[in-house]
Amino acid sequence: MSKDNAMPNPPPRLELKGITKHFPGVLANDHVSMAVQPGEIHALLGENGAGKSTLVKMIYGIMQPDAGEIRWNGKPVVVPNPKAARRLGIGMVFQHFSLFEALTVMENIALGMDARIPAREPDARIRAVMTQYGLLLDPGRIVSTLSVGERQRIEIVRALLLNPELLIMDEPTSVLTPQEVDQLFVVLRQLASEGRSILYISHKLHEIKALCDTATILRGGKLVDRCDPRVESSRSMAEKMIGGNLKDIQRGKLGNFGAEKLVVKGLSVPAEGPFGVALKDISFSVRAGEIFGIAGVAGNGQNALLLALSGEATAKSHQAISVDGAPVGHMRARARRGQGMASVPEERNGHAAVPVFSLADNAVLTARDRLGMVRSGLIDHRAARTYAGEVIEAFSVKATGPGALAESLSGGNLQKYIMGREILQKPQVLVVSQPTWGVDAGAAAAIHQALVDLAADGSAIVVISQDLDELLALCDTLAVINEGRLSRPMKVSEARIEEIGLLMGGIHGETTHAA
Amino acid sequence: MGFDVIASFMTIVGLSTPILLAGLGEMITEKSGVLNLGVEGMMLLGAIGGFAAGVLTHNPWLAVVCAAAAGAMGGLLFGVFTLSLNSNQTATGLALTIFGTGLSSLLGLSFTGMIVMPFGSVFPVALARHPILQIIFGYSPIVYFALIMVPLVAWFLRSTRAGLILRAVGENDRSAHSLGYNVILVRYSAIAFGGAMAGIAGAYFSLVITPMWAERMTAGRGWIALALVVFAGWKAGRLLVGAYLFGVLMWLELFAKAGGFGDVLPVAQIIPSQFWAAMPFIMTVVVLAIISSRDKGGDNAPACLGKPFLPTG
Repeated sequence: MSKDNAMPNPPPRLELKGITKHFPGVLANDHVSMAVQPGEIHALLGENGAGKSTLVKMIYGIMQPDAGEIRWNGKPVVVPNPKAARRLGIGMVFQHFSLFEALTVMENIALGMDARIPAREPDARIRAVMTQYGLLLDPGRIVSTLSVGERQRIEIVRALLLNPELLIMDEPTSVLTPQEVDQLFVVLRQLASEGRSILYISHKLHEIKALCDTATILRGGKLVDRCDPRVESSRSMAEKMIGGNLKDIQRGKLGNFGAEKLVVKGLSVPAEGPFGVALKDISFSVRAGEIFGIAGVAGNGQNALLLALSGEATAKSHQAISVDGAPVGHMRARARRGQGMASVPEERNGHAAVPVFSLADNAVLTARDRLGMVRSGLIDHRAARTYAGEVIEAFSVKATGPGALAESLSGGNLQKYIMGREILQKPQVLVVSQPTWGVDAGAAAAIHQALVDLAADGSAIVVISQDLDELLALCDTLAVINEGRLSRPMKVSEARIEEIGLLMGGIHGETTHAA
Repeated sequence: MGFDVIASFMTIVGLSTPILLAGLGEMITEKSGVLNLGVEGMMLLGAIGGFAAGVLTHNPWLAVVCAAAAGAMGGLLFGVFTLSLNSNQTATGLALTIFGTGLSSLLGLSFTGMIVMPFGSVFPVALARHPILQIIFGYSPIVYFALIMVPLVAWFLRSTRAGLILRAVGENDRSAHSLGYNVILVRYSAIAFGGAMAGIAGAYFSLVITPMWAERMTAGRGWIALALVVFAGWKAGRLLVGAYLFGVLMWLELFAKAGGFGDVLPVAQIIPSQFWAAMPFIMTVVVLAIISSRDKGGDNAPACLGKPFLPTG
């Protein structure tokens, strides 16, 4: 979709030459050179820790390169801070939104602009940008009341108001429904057709194939390849990213499920807090060997469901949840673990693991009863260290050992450790939320394989995830949660992505499969 | 002796003014995400700084400026520890109070027994001492300053870009940092302002209420100012109402101690004066409970309040 400009051979919009950045102990970027052309949608691909974030932070002025040169429209520039980047015409939409929850949409937009606070006149400009790109928002709303998709719109509007020539998007679709992704792509293509460049960071390879003109692949801080994603396959790009062959999920015969292991019947939980979501009459069952996926956009009751299943929130009725026929609805988390049920919440730091505890101590927290790590009130440190060592070994966790603090591990490694900690306990029922959130492709594949193997051994598994691709690849059965209600389950082999998308967007209806 | 409405009203104004000043300053500090528990210490530094300058220069205006500077210095010291050296804000704030109390007592030794000219009304005596009109004109300029600062602070927070940036820093320091705002500088400024306001509040004790030096003369009002900020839900208008409400309660304490209820309301005499002294804190707890139990998040506390800012890039 690149356009010919009037000028003969225009210089690249952005050119990086030999960019290098050291962190203590790591070479985050090692002589990276790349160019982004005007009107180009350029993908930046790589696993976690490949140096993508570091690279764009240097382009946006959050960090300074140790060596190398940044050229902007042909001229060498120094970008000392984000303000300078915006002055050049570089906008950025962050993966974790840099929004202020207690402030209004308008105030948030104003903070991203380097001018006086908008009164009437820029108000009109903001509305003009919103209508031009179909990014509709109420400027007076408080951000904490908005959905994730709407919040992202604020970020995009904020960036567009500066009339950027280069827009950096850091994993923009990870929180959106398929329909919202389509809307976003329309906006991005419109921007590119106006001659703006887009640097698009993502690990969703089919999106990159659909959207991008060029892809630059980083691995271990080095630029390893440049390719045209339209002619590559998702698999070939993934293999370039990880620098080896991608392992497929190895699974046995489908559809051979055993007895019902986990039965949830009419589970309702009132909303907790002003922004909580109530669970309404949730029923489903998972059989031995089955992986049951729960899709949905963030904030539709996934957290409440995980808490209700893990036992952190107890149900009113004993029968609402049963494991192997035994009612556990009234039991708290520890008692449910005793019944063979384990869970992994979404948040690694502070929920699934205590950041300032060692890995061994974190193992004691969930495995103490099943693996006998506590005797007459005293912790058996040797047992804990041995078990933590086994998990580190089995899941190739990169850590200095069982004594390493949880917070010292990267996100992907901690996630592997936490998943491993539960899986090696061989639970009869395992409930996991966002098992591969923020985890690179290699680690994600390992986690997926471990879940499949656990199911093959006869456990029932529930995977709550916002990543639809993950659920489609991993699960046997799928249901969608929306505003605290669960759709009817469908077989993944028969599910249609449009229908799932509509369910995620809140359009319920058992008749939609007519179409 | 009957019940003197005008004198009582003027006493209440006098009791409310220092907590209003210190509260406004602390509110700005807290809005930037910093919890400075050293208000009492900064008030005492302001009290001695202002008093010393008053004795040496005989200029009450200059004395107030020096009081503000002394309070701001205390605040900046707090800033060096909590912002630049990332020490714990709660502990450092408590230490600042202890430090301010001790240093003011030490410096005050050489001023014991001295008297400054009270910084009273600057209006003509006919107005300032008029039996009725003194209710409007009979106050120190500091009282009017405090009242003017209320709409100014509200306007600053609501309508200025600097105020928006201040709120943003207190709400989400990392995001503010990633947008290119200087979190540390904003917080230093807010702390300095909070210290200056606390210093002026302290000067109100040593230059207006009792124009002589006495150790610990602020008598714990810094803690009431801290409670007042929470009570007001970090809103300037409510801070004004709260300051005068707390002023009434503090006056009731004095009134009860003086046996004032004897003639007016004999039943109330059985209530010990300590009860009135505790009322601001009890009311703060009650208001907090009401605010947090309301569904639609009336809680206005800055999200980053009291958390250290460690930019990790």
